[in-house]
Amino acid sequence: MEAVGFIHIEMGSALQLFLVGLVGGMVSGFIGSGGAFVLTPAMMTMGVPGIVAVASNICHKFPKAIVGALKRHKYGQVDWKLGIIMGVFAEFGMFAGKQVMTDIKRAYGDVGTNLYVSAVFIVVLGIVGGFVLRDAWRLYKAERAGEDIPANPVTKLARWVQSVRIPGTMMHFECIGASVSVLFIAPLGFATGLLAATIAVGGFIGVPSMIYLLGAPALMASATELVIAFVMGLGGTILYALDGVVDIRLAMIILAGSLFGIQIGAIGTTYVKDHAVKLVMGLIMVIVVVSRFFYIPGYLSQIGTIGPLDPGLLARLKWLGDGTLVLALAVGGLAILWALLRGIAEHRQQHEELAAAEGIED
Amino acid sequence: MSSLVRTSIWGVGSLALYVLLFLFSDETIELARRTREGEKIWFVVPIVIALLFSLVHGAFTGYFWDAVGLKPADKNRKK
Repeated sequence: MEAVGFIHIEMGSALQLFLVGLVGGMVSGFIGSGGAFVLTPAMMTMGVPGIVAVASNICHKFPKAIVGALKRHKYGQVDWKLGIIMGVFAEFGMFAGKQVMTDIKRAYGDVGTNLYVSAVFIVVLGIVGGFVLRDAWRLYKAERAGEDIPANPVTKLARWVQSVRIPGTMMHFECIGASVSVLFIAPLGFATGLLAATIAVGGFIGVPSMIYLLGAPALMASATELVIAFVMGLGGTILYALDGVVDIRLAMIILAGSLFGIQIGAIGTTYVKDHAVKLVMGLIMVIVVVSRFFYIPGYLSQIGTIGPLDPGLLARLKWLGDGTLVLALAVGGLAILWALLRGIAEHRQQHEELAAAEGIED
Repeated sequence: MSSLVRTSIWGVGSLALYVLLFLFSDETIELARRTREGEKIWFVVPIVIALLFSLVHGAFTGYFWDAVGLKPADKNRKK
């Protein structure tokens, strides 16, 4: 085993992790995952070795996810059966994803894994994120125009998935309101784990797949994702803890902030409609995709596809990429706060109108 | 029990856990080192710590927002 350094933690660094944890927790509580894509690079910038940063990040995820899942269970949003089944398959996906990363690193070095991660970011988040954002925008516009939109619109593909009957594999899921073959659940869970092992946020596949392929309402899909994150996070933490690379101090500092945040995000879901979850998720995914374009010139230069770049320019591009990741999280956090405050104001107004109407009747 | 008292009790519990963690931080680093060197049983330490913190700090943060007035739209509402 190579030497693993656990760094001395400065007060400034701890505060930085606490704040990223807080906003990341808020996003997780609302859309089911998020924040992890900023935490690992943030820890590495502080001098934490990559493996310790990944391990400590995953160690804060499973306790955060269970607190969020229990909170949202109180609001009737969690489908435990679907979450646990997808979580188990996601665990296999995570092992496979970790192996793919190891194989690419062995064959092409760090630059190979960086390019692979960037390609996954752009292809998966670009396509899925663009689709989610387009759908959310369409629903938002329809609502503003006063059109009658169904509370939980189910896609044609999800209707087809629900209509397929494969004997011996059918299971009923509360959040879908129908029976679905486990043979459809398995690859979705696996892909969620694969993405989690690659970019640290499996929910960017897990939540959209539950919504668009299985027919779950967005609010229930994002709550159920927390169960998947718990199962995956616990499994991942056990693996990394067996290697002795979890820095529990770093994990618990992040947890300190993220548990404050996850409560805000979870409460926020009780004030919004389904499309708000899609809007926040789509926004974050699309901004995250943009961040990759700042890293790619450096990777291409390293493998010789383009000529060598000025180190100053490379540093600025990396700063812009890291900054865009922080921006994605900040935009997500602000969108949630805005949705929460707007929801509370509308809720109060409705109560006041109701109280006034009751007063007139008396 | 008033919400302020309940929040304070869990808050003190949470603070105590963080103080203990940083008082014994050298020991946690040492246990991680021993795990790397083959004493695999110590892998349970970070997992138990994480679960304990999620229980205590999770309860505190929940009561905290409740005490400052941030409550869900309707309790136990079904979507």
